[in-house]
Amino acid sequence: MSESKIAPSIEGWYTCGESPHLIGTRCKRCSSYFFPKQEVFCRNPGCRSTEFDEIELSRKGKIWSYTEHFYAPPEPYIFSEPFEPYIIAAVELEEEKMIILGQMAQGVLSQDLTTGLEVELVVEKLYEQDGTDYTVWKWKPAEN
Amino acid sequence: MAKEVAILGVGMHPWGKWGKNFVEYGLKACNDALDDAGLAWKDIEVVAGAETVRNGYAGYVAGATFAEALGWSGARVSTSYAACASGAQAINNARAMILADMADVILVVGADTTPKGFLAPNAGERWTDPDWLRFRLMGCTNPTYFALYARRRMDLYGATEADFAAVKVKNARHGMANPNARYHKEFTQEQVLNSPMVADPLRLLEICATSDGAAAVIVSSMEYARKMNVDPIKIRAVSTVTPVYPQSTIEMPYFSTDSAAVVPAPMMEFKESIAHAAYEEAGLGPEDMSLAEVYDLSSALELDWCENVGLCKKGDAEKLLRDGETTLGGRIPVNPSGGLACFGEAVPAQALAQVCELTWQLRGQAGGRQVEGAKAGITANLGLFGHGSSVICSI
Repeated sequence: MSESKIAPSIEGWYTCGESPHLIGTRCKRCSSYFFPKQEVFCRNPGCRSTEFDEIELSRKGKIWSYTEHFYAPPEPYIFSEPFEPYIIAAVELEEEKMIILGQMAQGVLSQDLTTGLEVELVVEKLYEQDGTDYTVWKWKPAEN
Repeated sequence: MAKEVAILGVGMHPWGKWGKNFVEYGLKACNDALDDAGLAWKDIEVVAGAETVRNGYAGYVAGATFAEALGWSGARVSTSYAACASGAQAINNARAMILADMADVILVVGADTTPKGFLAPNAGERWTDPDWLRFRLMGCTNPTYFALYARRRMDLYGATEADFAAVKVKNARHGMANPNARYHKEFTQEQVLNSPMVADPLRLLEICATSDGAAAVIVSSMEYARKMNVDPIKIRAVSTVTPVYPQSTIEMPYFSTDSAAVVPAPMMEFKESIAHAAYEEAGLGPEDMSLAEVYDLSSALELDWCENVGLCKKGDAEKLLRDGETTLGGRIPVNPSGGLACFGEAVPAQALAQVCELTWQLRGQAGGRQVEGAKAGITANLGLFGHGSSVICSI
C-alpha cells in the first residue's frame, strides 16, 4: 500500500511538527496581533501602518465555549462518509487577548470539556482527497 | 434626536416554503402595504429594495426588480445589502431621502426564496472569504455560533436547556395568532427537549429555519401623513452602526476575534451598541418600550438580545423569562409575532417584518397577539460582517 501524502488544507496558516503554532502577524507600529494574517493594512483605527511581522501565536489557550455538531455541514466542508460528529471550540489566547475557533482533535469527548479548560494546538487530518490527507489546526486538552 | 418619519402602510406575504419566485412574494407585500396606506403605486416616488443574494441578478437589483414588476413608473430606486440587516438599511435609505427633502413617500420592500437546510456560502472557491473558509476549514455553520453563545450562558449565568426550550414554547404560542407566521404549532418544553440535538446544547426546534417570505413598509414625511389626514406610527430611530475595534466577541462569519492586547475592548459589546445607538437617536430608553422584536436565530439567542436591548441586566434574562415578563401579558413581551421561531428566516425581508409587527402592535391591530396599550417598541437584529440593525417606533 502506498502511503498517503500529507498537505495543509490552507497554506501558511500554521506550522507543523511537534509543537505547532498558528501563524499570525503583528503590526510593526502599534503591535496589534492579527489572525488570520493581516499584511496590507492595520485594522487598528488609530494606526495606518502597512508593515507587519509574521509571528507564531501562543499555542495554548483556554476554552471560551464549545459545541458538538451532530449534522453534516454543507459544502465547502469536505468529510468522509459516514459523517462523524465533531466539536468546535472557541479558545481564548491570554497574551494575544483574542479568541480563535477550531475543531477539537479526534477522540476528544464533549463531556470532558469545560469552559476555562486549558487546550493546546495540534495539526491533524481534516479530510482525505485523491490520496492526500489534508490537515488543519485543531485544539486538544493540554498535557501538563 | 432624529426627526421622525411616518409609517403609512405595511404588508407581508406569509412565510413558508412556497416554491415560487421571490418577486411574487414581494409584489403581494407591496400591494398590501399600498392598500394599507390608501395609496396607489403611482404615488410612490422611490422604491428602496433589500437585496437577496440567492436569486440571481433580479435579487441583486431588488429595488429595480420591484419597480419593474409593479410597472415602470419612473420612480427612483435604491438597493441595499447588509445580510440579515438589509431591511434596516433599506428603511434607513428611505428615511434619509425623506429627511433630506428628496422624496415624500417611499416603498421599502424585501423578499426571498431560500434553499432547504443550513444557509451555506455561495458556490465557488474563495480562499480569502471568511464566510467560505469557516465552512471549509472547520465545518463552522451558523448554529455553531448560536451554540457557542448558548453554552456560554449556561456557564456564566446558569441558563439551562429547559430555559432555552421555554423560549421556543413561548414564541410558538405567540405565533399561533399570527397569520403571516410559517409555523402554527404549539410545543411543550418536553417536545422541544426531545427534538434532535443539532449543535450542543441547541436542538432542532430551537434553531430557526430558512423560509420564503416578503415584507413591505411605506414611509413618508410627517407633512405628507398630515396631508393624508392620518395619525401615523412614527419611526423614531434606525440604528445601522458597525462594531468598534477591537471586536472581542466572536461573531459570524469570523473564526477569530480582534485582539484586545493593544487597544482595550470597548465598554459595550457590538450587540449592545446597536440598541444603544437607537435609544440615543429616539430619545427613549428601554423603560419606554412596550414590546421588543429581536432576532431569535436560536432560542438561547433571544436571551442575549433581551440583555443587549436593555430589558434587563446581563445575566438576568433567564429570570425575566422564568417570571413570564417576556410572554404576552408580561411586563415586556418579546417577539409577540412569534419571532424567527415561527417564521424561519427570509433574510432581506426579516428586519422589515419586525417593523411590520411593531406597526400592527402600536396601531392595536395585532389581534390575538396584541400587546395591550403598546406605545413604543424596538427591533434588533445583526447582519453578517458587522451590520447593526435596530428600529424604534412609537405611536
